Amino acid sequence: MKTNRWTDCGNWVLDRFPLTKFWNEHMAHYYAPKNFNFWYFFGSLALLVLVNQFVTGILLTMNYKPDAKLAFDSVEYIMREVHWGWLIRYMHSTGASAFFIVIYLHMFRGLLYGSFKQPRELIWIFGMLLFVALMAEAFMGYLLPWGQMSYWGAQVIISLFSAIPVVGEELSLWIRGDYVVSDATLNRFFAFHVIAVPLVLVLLVLLHIIALHEVGSNNPDGIDIKKHKDANGIPLDGIPFHPYYTVKDLVGYAVFMFFFAVVIFYMPELGGFFLEHANFIPADPLKTPEHIAPVWYFTPFYAILRAVPDKFAGVIAMGGSIVVLFLLPWLDRSEVRSIRYRGGIYKKALLLFVISFIGLGYLGTQPATPSATAVARVLTAIYFGFFLLMPIYTRWEKTKPVPDRLTEQPSLEDRIPDLVETFNEVTVKTEGKSGLFSRKLNYQGLSAVSIRFLKRIKGSLD
Amino acid sequence: MNIEGVDKSKRQFLTSALTVVGAVGTGYIAVPFLAQMQPSTKAMAAGAPVTVDISKMEPGQLIRVAWRGKPVWLLNRTPEVLETLKTLDDQLRDPQSSESIQPVYTKNPTRALKPEIFVAVGLCTHLGCSPTFRPEIAPADLGPDWKGGFFCPCHGSWFDLAGRVFRGVPAPTNLEIPPYRYISETQIIIGEDTVETSV
Repeated sequence: MKTNRWTDCGNWVLDRFPLTKFWNEHMAHYYAPKNFNFWYFFGSLALLVLVNQFVTGILLTMNYKPDAKLAFDSVEYIMREVHWGWLIRYMHSTGASAFFIVIYLHMFRGLLYGSFKQPRELIWIFGMLLFVALMAEAFMGYLLPWGQMSYWGAQVIISLFSAIPVVGEELSLWIRGDYVVSDATLNRFFAFHVIAVPLVLVLLVLLHIIALHEVGSNNPDGIDIKKHKDANGIPLDGIPFHPYYTVKDLVGYAVFMFFFAVVIFYMPELGGFFLEHANFIPADPLKTPEHIAPVWYFTPFYAILRAVPDKFAGVIAMGGSIVVLFLLPWLDRSEVRSIRYRGGIYKKALLLFVISFIGLGYLGTQPATPSATAVARVLTAIYFGFFLLMPIYTRWEKTKPVPDRLTEQPSLEDRIPDLVETFNEVTVKTEGKSGLFSRKLNYQGLSAVSIRFLKRIKGSLD
Repeated sequence: MNIEGVDKSKRQFLTSALTVVGAVGTGYIAVPFLAQMQPSTKAMAAGAPVTVDISKMEPGQLIRVAWRGKPVWLLNRTPEVLETLKTLDDQLRDPQSSESIQPVYTKNPTRALKPEIFVAVGLCTHLGCSPTFRPEIAPADLGPDWKGGFFCPCHGSWFDLAGRVFRGVPAPTNLEIPPYRYISETQIIIGEDTVETSV
């Protein structure tokens, strides 16, 4: 019988390769907490973007030429002459920015729910190494189009290494392979971008996931679900990753791809944030563009570099702003993981941190005027304050009692009556019209609702 | 058959010896792997001197030439500019150029062989951007204290028209000056000089 032959064939493989074991360990019998929310989409989304970058990247290398004389034109060739080349290139360039959006939200989830805390320190460390590798990958990829921003961005970042005492000059010379950024630099960055760093990324993703599956996923309540198990040793608050979370993540994929497609087809440069205008001019080693700024995902760190009026100290501050993230698991002394049970002081600190990060990100895109530099200095102090004062303020904070089991949160469906009521409060019915547009804004109701909303936000910070 | 039992110290010695041999071997193979990323002999040989004709330069004009792939500026300074330079010392980080890189023969107040013609490598000593030439006095975006100079758009470093760095900006030293000499009244050769030493 035919089916039997297929089964035999399958068994032949399974007898020789631990496919079932692997699938069960990481998918079908991996029990994840049942209360994952919106913030838990971004890990799997990062994986989707990684695959996107691999596929489109491989296709781009088929027409790209890593040669200082040919690179810029070969990118334009891809954009204009290669069939669907524009789509593949925009998927790759938009994918780079999407990668950082997804990763920043993924990291922020960690800050919200204490996912870096014991016993998940190593997951955080692997994740941070991934972040650093990703920054290297993005930086070296940005040189390849050989535009003005590519060139001068690389010039600045490589010069950062020359600030290191004693070996700095030699080191930056070794990285460039020439006395200035040149063909040699472009060629080696191509090798790193296409071969070396992607390999490191894949390896680190594996380590990140293996470490995660060893200790189990954290959750929005920050509670260990392994404390309460049923007779079969399965966590009572856990559900198998497959099919529950594979299906949930597919919904996330669909929503993400909708936004991704909107950017690719309608605003691939995103007003100069995803592809900077100056990069449409070929690299000119004799002239720096009037205003140079890195791509948006590096600007917070770039603003920190600029805020310090000393070359070496600036480089140290910039490096320190990333190193300090590695230390997070040991800086946080709070008893609880999740922000739901933390005291108000951590919530306020986190809010200040988010403001400083976004503020620095904005300032990094702007010219270095004296007033902008002054603001950047304050925000830099807040950025470092969040981390370096953490051992003190997390020890002080009054935490709330942590429940024994996962809590029920109202679903979107549960919130509908509330939303309808709010809608009725902020609008009044006008005479003579019907349908959705028969209602007009009611300003008294609107202000009452806004005040309630602000009070609730203020209350939730305590 | 082994009748004497395991001699662990022998095993330990063999393990250590093998580790050392392996480490030495790794070290040897690392040298060519790492050294191949150094500038190639071709890159090192490039960098021939460049001759520039300055006879057509207008007062106040800046021209850029490429030397070793780097931008080199030649600026024709007016007497007013040279007067202004003398008044800036207290605002500068290194007015005497004692910590900056330049040939000995340009380690003087105007940082030039002949005060009128200023020659410098047009790369900021901070992180290597090429500063913009801003000769105008007190432009709107740079403030009333601006006496003309070079402004680096990357990180906001200021230099005067002798390439000397102002205080309170990220750049640590004055702009580098390449070796150069006059081969005639109207011609400068960059990358070559008669004096071998530089400070």
